[in-house]
Amino acid sequence: MKSYHLDHLDYLETEAIHIMREVASEFELPAILFSGGKDSICLLRLAEKAFRPSDIPMPFLNVATGHEFPELLEFRDRRAKELGAKLIIRTVDEALEKGLAVQAPGQISRNQLQIPVLLAAIEEFRFDACIGGARRDEEKARAKERFFSFRDSFGQWDPKNQRPEIWNLYNGRLNPGENMRVFPLSNWTEMDVWEYIKREKLEVPSIYFSHPRKCVRRHGQWQPYTELLPPKATEEVKDLIVRVRTIGDIISTGCVESPATTVDDIIAEIAAARVTERGSRADDKVSEAAMEDRKKAGYF
Amino acid sequence: MSTLSHPVDLLRFNTCGSVDDGKSTLIGRLLYDSKSLMEDQIEALERSADITGGGQINLANLTDGLRAEREQGITIDVAYRYFATPRRKFIIADTPGHVQYTRNMVTGASTANLSIILIDARQGVIEQSRRHAIIASLLRIPHLVVAINKMDLVDWSHERFLEIQDQFEEFLPRLDIKDVKFIPVSALNGDNIVTASPHTPWYPGPTLLGHLETVHIASDWNLTNFRFPVQWVNRPNNPTDHSLHDFRGLSGQVSGGVVKVGQKVMVLPSGFTSTVKQIWTIDGPLEEAFSPQSVTLVLEHDLDISRGDVIVDASDLPGASNELHAKICWMAPRPLTAGRQFLLKHTTQTVKAAVTAIEDRINISTFDKETEVAELSMNDLGEVRIKTAKPLVYDGYGTNRLTGSFILIEPGTNATVGAGMLLPPIEAARPEYKDFAI
Repeated sequence: MKSYHLDHLDYLETEAIHIMREVASEFELPAILFSGGKDSICLLRLAEKAFRPSDIPMPFLNVATGHEFPELLEFRDRRAKELGAKLIIRTVDEALEKGLAVQAPGQISRNQLQIPVLLAAIEEFRFDACIGGARRDEEKARAKERFFSFRDSFGQWDPKNQRPEIWNLYNGRLNPGENMRVFPLSNWTEMDVWEYIKREKLEVPSIYFSHPRKCVRRHGQWQPYTELLPPKATEEVKDLIVRVRTIGDIISTGCVESPATTVDDIIAEIAAARVTERGSRADDKVSEAAMEDRKKAGYF
Repeated sequence: MSTLSHPVDLLRFNTCGSVDDGKSTLIGRLLYDSKSLMEDQIEALERSADITGGGQINLANLTDGLRAEREQGITIDVAYRYFATPRRKFIIADTPGHVQYTRNMVTGASTANLSIILIDARQGVIEQSRRHAIIASLLRIPHLVVAINKMDLVDWSHERFLEIQDQFEEFLPRLDIKDVKFIPVSALNGDNIVTASPHTPWYPGPTLLGHLETVHIASDWNLTNFRFPVQWVNRPNNPTDHSLHDFRGLSGQVSGGVVKVGQKVMVLPSGFTSTVKQIWTIDGPLEEAFSPQSVTLVLEHDLDISRGDVIVDASDLPGASNELHAKICWMAPRPLTAGRQFLLKHTTQTVKAAVTAIEDRINISTFDKETEVAELSMNDLGEVRIKTAKPLVYDGYGTNRLTGSFILIEPGTNATVGAGMLLPPIEAARPEYKDFAI
């Protein structure tokens, strides 16, 4: 007798495809948040699986800080073109110019500043749903988030007042001005993402693989050398062979010393890893509740 | 489908326990002892131990993620955790055991293969434990584990363990649970969680993790009755590939059974019949597909089919009716009273619905049915009658969790206010158009 049994990637895949099709069916103007990072690369593959042979029935939206790795931007633009999708880019620089976002004195990271840009883009295009690549295993506040994460008309997440999600029945109903963030990869771990990239033979930006880079020792980790945040005299600068494990913008992303040049190498490295991927993100280290606070304010 | 050298399957489980049963500690222990924790997580634990714990690492801090929870020391919502061993991947739905949070437990349990009920060995079976078992039974979770915790505080007494097992087994015959496993543990000290305890020579069974790794879950999906609620009509507008010019696919998730190319199917509620011409996926056509795969079906005939229609095996029809009988878990502060109107989402369609009668409420401590009930309050479970504006094509929840479940949405607030489980249909679907042959 044949065994009708799905392995873990098949299960995660069918769950995510189901969610993407629900979004396409139940919302008027959905968008997919695409940064070029590994999680959103999986999202695009799932969108192909959900909607082909038709066109992917929603545009891609990227909220750029202006501090991205150049390799990421090149990849983002090329991938969107290959898939025949419309790519909408809104930047923190533009928002600063228009006064939509204001930089706090001395603030260098633009992570916080993505919030008003995202909310303005949602309003500009009247998006009622944004599909994002966030995963629950990334962070403790994410662990409590729903697949369909309701945001009020200020884009805010209220963790104490989330809609219960039961079986595979998602409630996508909104009143005008409200918005849904949808996370089809909620149940995926970092390892699942790489195993899926391997199985589906997906291309990822080159900075995920080891390469030579000038780095600065900062907050107990190596960060890319950049003119945006020149090293202080006390900070050590060194040429290393590194890769990035998670991509934030160039000043908040930690580099890990690694010889990994293939997806298989990366999978082996994660299997043996002793720190989480977010352990290399300076933006989450600020306080134990850093992510919770950003999400309540309307972050992805 | 998989190209991995070692296919690994996935077990979803939820944990239930009262506030002080040590549920978060149990999960922390599972993660810690299975080496699923990373250095920065342990570092963060130590940091908070220095601040609030007087230097003692508190494993509960791993799961009590939100600041509000840490301040109050309780878990306020469903949190999901992930870990893996070489044998399996696990998703934990960590649901609070506090009495007013039944809705979270129902949420966490709805997708679970297995439920862990935690009992404090000093207290034995309390109302909470019964409530959890009843919910697990109503939601038809296939497997149950009763972890009798804090055994160190009752001197690892075998007698006490058996006593609690007896208390639990007393009401078990009234529930729909087939597989129950009792395990004596100390989550705080790690006994029988990942490694066998030296204190329980009288317990011959597996550790908790050993059981989670080996419990048989392959048959937890319905693979008997083919059901395919159409989710999205897949019709390329301007295909560059001319062979796709007439492509009309029906995308969705197989919600029950198996479908094969050449199979004779019926579309409900219309009753049109056709044959499966192709099972389309981007990775190439399939000969057959099974629940819960997501695929795109192409039928021989170009029928008028839209989202909400259900494609089924022509010789194995589900029920269809606009008068429904269901068990419901009420999840909203405003009580449910007869006559109230809602939107009802079932598989891929949302219809207007009115609750016409509340038949009973389940006494969650005794499992008795209380009749003459005027309303269901938040966290109540009971049986209701519902009338829908359009007939639903459905199965009983006991036969199929996906085609037998629904949610109620409150108009205006759009809140999800109820989770419903349909009782078996009284009559099979009767096609709207009889003897309609194409």
